[in-house]
Amino acid sequence: MIDKKSGSNSDIQILDGNRAAAIGAKLSRVQVIAAYPITPQTPVTEALSEFVERGELDAQYIAVESEHSALAVCTSASIAGARAFTATSSHGLAYMHEMLHWAAGTRLPLVLACVNRAIGAPWNVLNDQQDSISQRDTGWIQIYARNNQEILDSVIQAYKIAETVYVPVMICYDGYILSHTEMPVAIPLQQDVDRFLPQYRPHTILDSSNPKNYNLVTLANPRINAEGVLCHGYMELRYLLQEALQNSRETIRKVGQEFGELFGRSYTDLLWKEKMEDADIVIVAMGSLAMEAIVASKMLREEGYKTGVLGLRLFRPFPKADVLKALSKSRLVVIFDKNISYGSEGAVCSEIKAALYGSQVNAAIRNFIVGLGGRDVTAREMADAVKKSIASLTEGVPNKGYPEWICHI
Amino acid sequence: MVTVTNKPIDSYLRVDRMPHIWCAGCGIGLATSCFIRGIERAGLDLDKIALVSGIGCTGRVAGYVKLDSFHTTHGRALPFATGLKLGNPELKVVVFSGDGDLAAIGGNHLIHSARRNIDITVICINNFNYGMTGGQMGPTTPLEARSTTSPYGNFEHPFNLPYLVAASGATYVARWTVLHLRQLERSIAEALAKPGFSFIEVLSPCPTVYGRMNKRARGLDEMHYYQEKSVIRNGADPKDTDISLDGPIVVGKFVDIKRPTLWDYRRQVLDRTLQKKKA
Repeated sequence: MIDKKSGSNSDIQILDGNRAAAIGAKLSRVQVIAAYPITPQTPVTEALSEFVERGELDAQYIAVESEHSALAVCTSASIAGARAFTATSSHGLAYMHEMLHWAAGTRLPLVLACVNRAIGAPWNVLNDQQDSISQRDTGWIQIYARNNQEILDSVIQAYKIAETVYVPVMICYDGYILSHTEMPVAIPLQQDVDRFLPQYRPHTILDSSNPKNYNLVTLANPRINAEGVLCHGYMELRYLLQEALQNSRETIRKVGQEFGELFGRSYTDLLWKEKMEDADIVIVAMGSLAMEAIVASKMLREEGYKTGVLGLRLFRPFPKADVLKALSKSRLVVIFDKNISYGSEGAVCSEIKAALYGSQVNAAIRNFIVGLGGRDVTAREMADAVKKSIASLTEGVPNKGYPEWICHI
Repeated sequence: MVTVTNKPIDSYLRVDRMPHIWCAGCGIGLATSCFIRGIERAGLDLDKIALVSGIGCTGRVAGYVKLDSFHTTHGRALPFATGLKLGNPELKVVVFSGDGDLAAIGGNHLIHSARRNIDITVICINNFNYGMTGGQMGPTTPLEARSTTSPYGNFEHPFNLPYLVAASGATYVARWTVLHLRQLERSIAEALAKPGFSFIEVLSPCPTVYGRMNKRARGLDEMHYYQEKSVIRNGADPKDTDISLDGPIVVGKFVDIKRPTLWDYRRQVLDRTLQKKKA
């Protein structure tokens, strides 16, 4: 198929989300893949091992003994100058926790596909976003895909983003709802992807003629090294990571725009909007849940409510300014979270509140916790929750300050 | 026609959880029956047994037995079991888990538990792959065997588990297949009665994934292979018991030695030191 706008060629295939992620990694010409099986991520690595062994992808594939080892291998492969990829879910991501910090702290451009799944105890293999939200503070960029096309496109863009800002990127997508559901996906041609994503040129590389030590014990304060150069202390290095994430928004926007110019699918916006032009009631959600919200919003519009949907694509760094602008005309914001920060509220809700703080926007905020451990979230339930929020507003019921749960207690 | 409503081992099972999740032709159910008969044979008090499983198909055993049981995280069955034993030393703690759980992500705990000689019995089902996630290669997959992550054959050398645990310090090491029901039952009873770290590897068919990819797709194919290729060699040196894709399988009791357990040794040393102090 030739895209009319960009003139770019692509092949449309019916793919599930896992296959889309694997093809995205293949088109990005990853050189080292290390992964461990975990439901529902496993088909990603199965597909990659197949590509490697068939000779379709020139990469080293290693079936390591745990997720912790998988990310350690990718980290070192990246230091050695290779483009590395891994994928995991749930407990696998939790087990990687130490290495997530380590990869971000080392400022390596890794890309990880996180197929969102609930965390135990008790055991559950179905979808929610508690796993990646729990890794919010590890210094990784987090992008949430809403469909399989976005998964493939995001993996390719992720390398360009990561290799520009030197911060690792996590592409998150909902287990089963996207990972095991098939839909049409346009697969760009390799030559076009090569044009978009040139070969990886590492900022640092292990080289015996210029030996370097990585990640030595670093004291809190700046210190003069043996050559008399004043080096950053631990705190300065942390500041630089924070600054890199803060500045990455512009890179993410620019890479998304470039991608759009080449492939006809633009990702300039860090969030996406549906019927927001005249909406005074806004439903906010992240990942595939935001697609369900569109159906709920349509139902509500049929009943005469002026609703719109704000879908978050980027969670870290949080697109504060974009959210604030998008919500400027809203009277009520209803946020659906597929995660819970125990003792507080949904993670997306906290971010939205923080974005609105001190601004001119004085919208009421309601937060609903939904869909944990694979519990179905229907558009009808979402629409009812919005109507309940509207009613509480007209009746003047003050915000309780904590979220409501759509569950049977 | 006589209808059997109560099977002899039903009283040990949570029959309300049946049917189980295991595929037709899987050997985990057979090994579970042997375990129950092994408990009966060893004459253990059911209230004093705790069963710990990790993740995977074998991990589900914890949910089907009518014993105190603990379904733990991937690879950590042995540390959880160690905690149970430390918390209540009167318990007979059994770890019932698979090769992917015990030898891959939990491999470190396996060698250290054996080294420490902690008083735990491990029953390790080995089906040569990660069955529950759909048949990926793992640390026990024989060389050149096919899996979903080694579609052209496995190039990584596998562990020989009896050799690994014996070298790490286990006091009782045996290997049987699920065709060797009587021997396995006897071995489990012996291991349960044995102080220290005991380890029984149980080879089990996985026709749905491993078998299908390695020309043994029907449930009975792997059993026929066990029948044809198994050689019983009690007392064999574990280093001579490697498993290959279609080669012979050495089964039997390989190690049965005495070595002070963690507690015995600690008591000996402390007694000696404290007596010296008194004198």
